Amino acid sequence: MLTHAWIIPLIPAVSFFLILGIGKRLPRGGSEIGLASVAVCFVLALVVATGWIGRVNHPPEAGAVATHVEEVVAQSEHVASGEDPAGTAGSAAEEGHGKETAAAEEGAAATEEGHGAEAGAAEEGGHEGEEVHVTEPVIRNITWFQNGGVDIKVGTFVDGLSALMLVVVTLISLLVHVFSTDYVAGDRRYTHYFAFLSLFTASMLFFVLADNTLQMLVGWELVGLCSFALIGHWWEEKPNSDAALKAFLVNRVGDVGLICGVIVLYFAAGNTFDTVTINTLANEGEIRHFLLLVASLSLMTAVMSKSGQFVLHTWLPDAMAGPTPVSALIHAATMVVAGVFMIARLYGVFFNGLSIGTSNLNVMAVIGAITLVFGGLLAFVQNDIKKVLAYSTVAQLGYMVMALGVGAWTAAIFHLFTHALFKACLFLGAGSLAHPIHSFDMKEDMGGLRKAMPKTFWTFVIGTLALVAVPPFAGFWSKDEILAGAQQLGGPGGYPLMMVMGTLGAALTGAYMTRVIWYVFFGERRGKSATHDMHENGPRIVIPLIILAGFATLAGFTNLPDTGALSFVPESLALRFEHFVEPTAGYFPGELPSFGHPEFNILLAVISTAVGLAGVVVAYLWYFKGMGPHGLTERNRYARAGYKVLENKYGLDILYTDVIAGGTKGPVARGAYWVNQNVIDGVVNRVASSARWSGEWVYRRIDQGVVDNVVKGSGMAAEGSGEVLRKAQTGKVQAYGAYLFLGAAVLAAIFVVIAS
Amino acid sequence: MKDLLNGWGATAAVFLPMVGIAVMMLIPRSEETLHKVVALVTSLAVLAVGIGFLASFDYDKTAEMQFFVNKTWIELINSRYIVGIDGISLPLIALTVLVVPLVIIYSWNHFPEPHNPKAFLMLILILETGMVGTFVAQDLLLFFVFFELVLLPMYFMIGVFGGEARKYASLKFFLYTAFGSALMIVSILATYFLSPVNGAGDHTFSMIALADWGAAGNPLTDGGNLVKATGILVFGGFFMGFGIKVPMFPFHTWLPDAHTQAPTVGSVILAAVLLKLGTYGFVRIAIPIFPEAAKWWAPIIGGLAVIGIIYGALGCLAQTDMKRLIAFSSVAHMGYVMLGISTLTSFGTNAALFGMVAHGLITGMLFFIAGSVKDRFHTLEIKRLGGLLLQSPRMGWLFAFSAMASLGLPGLAGFWGEFPAILSAYDPADGLNVALFRFFMVVAAIGTVFAAGYLLWLLQRVAFGTPSAEFEHEHIHDMHLTDYLAWAPMIVAILVLGVYPGLLFNITDGAVIESLRAIAGSNS
Amino acid sequence: MLLNQFLLLAAVLFCIGVYGVVSRRNGVLVLMSIELILNSVNINLVAFSAMTGAVSGQVFALFVIAVAAAEVGVGLAIVLAIFRNYRSVDLDDVDLMKG
Repeated sequence: MLTHAWIIPLIPAVSFFLILGIGKRLPRGGSEIGLASVAVCFVLALVVATGWIGRVNHPPEAGAVATHVEEVVAQSEHVASGEDPAGTAGSAAEEGHGKETAAAEEGAAATEEGHGAEAGAAEEGGHEGEEVHVTEPVIRNITWFQNGGVDIKVGTFVDGLSALMLVVVTLISLLVHVFSTDYVAGDRRYTHYFAFLSLFTASMLFFVLADNTLQMLVGWELVGLCSFALIGHWWEEKPNSDAALKAFLVNRVGDVGLICGVIVLYFAAGNTFDTVTINTLANEGEIRHFLLLVASLSLMTAVMSKSGQFVLHTWLPDAMAGPTPVSALIHAATMVVAGVFMIARLYGVFFNGLSIGTSNLNVMAVIGAITLVFGGLLAFVQNDIKKVLAYSTVAQLGYMVMALGVGAWTAAIFHLFTHALFKACLFLGAGSLAHPIHSFDMKEDMGGLRKAMPKTFWTFVIGTLALVAVPPFAGFWSKDEILAGAQQLGGPGGYPLMMVMGTLGAALTGAYMTRVIWYVFFGERRGKSATHDMHENGPRIVIPLIILAGFATLAGFTNLPDTGALSFVPESLALRFEHFVEPTAGYFPGELPSFGHPEFNILLAVISTAVGLAGVVVAYLWYFKGMGPHGLTERNRYARAGYKVLENKYGLDILYTDVIAGGTKGPVARGAYWVNQNVIDGVVNRVASSARWSGEWVYRRIDQGVVDNVVKGSGMAAEGSGEVLRKAQTGKVQAYGAYLFLGAAVLAAIFVVIAS
Repeated sequence: MKDLLNGWGATAAVFLPMVGIAVMMLIPRSEETLHKVVALVTSLAVLAVGIGFLASFDYDKTAEMQFFVNKTWIELINSRYIVGIDGISLPLIALTVLVVPLVIIYSWNHFPEPHNPKAFLMLILILETGMVGTFVAQDLLLFFVFFELVLLPMYFMIGVFGGEARKYASLKFFLYTAFGSALMIVSILATYFLSPVNGAGDHTFSMIALADWGAAGNPLTDGGNLVKATGILVFGGFFMGFGIKVPMFPFHTWLPDAHTQAPTVGSVILAAVLLKLGTYGFVRIAIPIFPEAAKWWAPIIGGLAVIGIIYGALGCLAQTDMKRLIAFSSVAHMGYVMLGISTLTSFGTNAALFGMVAHGLITGMLFFIAGSVKDRFHTLEIKRLGGLLLQSPRMGWLFAFSAMASLGLPGLAGFWGEFPAILSAYDPADGLNVALFRFFMVVAAIGTVFAAGYLLWLLQRVAFGTPSAEFEHEHIHDMHLTDYLAWAPMIVAILVLGVYPGLLFNITDGAVIESLRAIAGSNS
Repeated sequence: MLLNQFLLLAAVLFCIGVYGVVSRRNGVLVLMSIELILNSVNINLVAFSAMTGAVSGQVFALFVIAVAAAEVGVGLAIVLAIFRNYRSVDLDDVDLMKG
């Protein structure tokens, strides 16, 4: 299956066309096709995952990838200039013999790689940063097209990361499909909805299996298309289509960075899009640091838009206009993590380009940290439960990006995994709440629902506990690993600022989620929930919730640390996630000092949990007990100003929508068009009218005036002389006779004169 | 069969429409169906020849001139009847011979006012002769004849069958383009007189011989090589002739008027094929024959191209008429094509050729839909439209599809015209200012945001939402059978080319590398 | 006899004849003057013939006489036609061809 992974994206793609073609005629409006296809994909994804696990446990000998890498590095000697041949030859040799332990030569990644393969079963990671999985990814590709003599390929790249993503995407998609059959039932465009769910699944799978950056770009844009179509699902109402446009356009802005970054890397890596080649060359130092920096910054722009990092995150809360299952699937679990995935996949570029290994602050860590705080703050002023969850997603994505920024690769991916599960749980829970009353307003239309909808309540609470990172729920393990990474990685002292901000974020999370729980599940019934008969929803809605809540509880144990206070955990149970997902040293730096793994620090864990719980407690006291300075924003000018800033989302929306977009499509465009019509076209028209005017002038003055006058003049001259000459025509013969003789006499005189 | 195609194929493809016209002249004007049938059969015959080309083309030798014919024409000035097809012309010919039958099928039941199918169809057939002729001609005078031939039928199409301001638009189109052509004929003659003499002491108009001359560094007959300034001026004449046709900023102002006033079919042919005559001229004639001058002109062309991208997009955003908006989007798209060409790399030129075909299909589709909207709503004012997806869902869906293709969504043909063009700007040919072209690259990438902006905004206003009060109670027809037949091939092509761009790149790559050998060879 | 005397006589006759053609009003008189001119030419011809001894001069004089006779016939017919239309032979009245 690992070699036939290309089937997996193909199935939902075919399903898309099938649903569009025949879906309306089927008894369940095409959802059967969608469900069946994603179920099959899920099974296949599990097969791939187990296949990969088997491969890690019994890695084959150094094969295609290693030789490929060897060639690439050898080639890069021609690409790079003035490189030390010995160094590159050394590392090429090492990668080449995965089996033998070469005599330790210079170059960092010397003995360990050889080691790992020899050991057969991959070693455990963890301690001195010597983890050395050399399980090579399974790459299959064909030529897509050739251009300028270069072959561009398309294919699949299966390793731990992609196997994980396959499972996550198909699992959540499957649960969302099941949920949707109840949630969206009776919708005006039911079939169309399922068609685009299928297309999205196909695009996302295509993206995570991408073997080269061009393929990633294609998948990236296609998921953007599906996001557009699904956010604007109810496009009859303008706010929905506005939200869809906003999502697409903000992502397009980020895509400028993606395009430029992909192009820079293409040329820097010697005219190839291949991720393995790019990573290897980046790690080997074959690419100029400046180019890596430019590429990283460009790609970061794309990540900022797609993964909702601060400044380009504004589309994400608006995207909540779409149906809730879509929000769960796309804007929580899968599409928004595309940026995180891309960083993880191209980590060699970012690691070297942004100098992540040192404890200098880098752009990625800073943006991630800012996002997680600012996003969290915004969650406080939302009354729409989906918007709270959206900002929470923004904040959690900030955690992931920050983790990647401090070098905690596995922590970030682990958090991606757990977040997908518990955030989907929360979103679907929100959907379950809103389903009877068709409203998401917590303040106006909800309250005291815990008795009426118990399963929703308990699953929501479990999801919240996971989100707030309370042990033993999943979020705790992943968030703690991130904080530990911020504390320990990157050289002495780590990244203290990041650690502090991460902990602060935990407090905010605890607080705003408790606020949500208060508004929704406690207190009195308000608005629509009071008038409507609120009861638990059907199994198709509830069972996915339960499944996800179960995962939210248990998923954390896949990556139990076995260091520090938890040293008692046996090897066979510890860090399973990391073991199977972390990429191999074949194309990835295994030994650079900062790509290590943090140890489990019990003190940090306790403090961060305590801070999170403190946030919960504060919120509890404020809302549940009504303590604290309520009504502060009315009384205090500064409090109100601060609240206003949050309400206006830091003014970013005003800047983007009104100033930039409104300005461009309004005054700027009109100005350009004015220039076009009056200046440029004015020149053309003036040329034409001056041509006509000069034609007329020439006609009047020269043609009629001069030339014609000459013609007329000659006529007049003829006439005039004729007038004169006619006087000689007297009609009298004798006069003529006289002329005759006169002429003869003159002639005779002339002859006489000449003759003499 | 292959021999027949080799000897007569190109000539047949060019002159079969004339045969059709001759037949149609004998049929009285009132026999409308017979006219339609004759026109359709003629265009299908040309399509069949085109398919014959595709089938018997040797894809391993795309750089070679195939279906080659070289006969005496005007001996006095050594202008010969030379026709041939290589990897650069083949896709464009395929596009042309595909679009014309579709256009005839589309018009089957609705001809524009004043209703005169005979004249209208004859104009379309003359256009086809001109278009195919331009793409197969390999002699400069022959090329010029066909290049100019398309002006008259389009003038009549716009001027007689067009909208309210048709007189202004048709005259502007004709005079502006003819102005460029006037400068171009000067350049053609200059090229003739500068070209090396053959054994009989004649200069040559043959594009193939001239391309070889260019690759050899433009040696002059009396010794030495072409002075750079002369080459630049001669290239400038070509630049004007082709650049006005493309259309490049700031010579583009004829396009919005021509497109808005033209009947639907006229717009489709104009957008799909006629604009490509200009870009094709750059690739086939101007650059191979004057590579040094091309390098001098490249930054200017690139600069005007990226200005066109942004400016065209801004113009789009300001439009209130749907067709005029699509017309401005053509300016923007051709900006990408010209950017690819201006990099003077094979990557860029391949992208440009792909972009030409993709733009032809996609913008052709958009104009078809605009025309259909005009038929049903009798207006193209965006303010008055809305809710197309509700009233005619299939057409609305196709409109959304075409809009997505136009903004360069990967998986559809437009992407492969835009992205490689942007990529090629990062690494232009030797001798070009790298920093400048990288700046162009960034601007062009930003242009994709604008493209998404104006297209999606148009989509939102026209297709989404609910119908306006004016039209909400009208019964709006969805697509007719003729619409399905006319549009299906284009949609399939957009999808197939988007998913498997190799289909086109594999054809053009060899020929492009060959045509750019002068650039690659010189200055290395 | 000297040639000059004959030439002088012919010249005198010629001038009288020219004077008559140009300034006499009566058409018949104009014709008579024309005869006078022709005869003066005759005298010239015969004189030169006598001087040179060639006979062609005298022969040509005979021609001239014959032509003069024919011409007078035609001329008188014309004058007669004029008289019939104008009731007078005053040539000043005949100016229909005045331009």
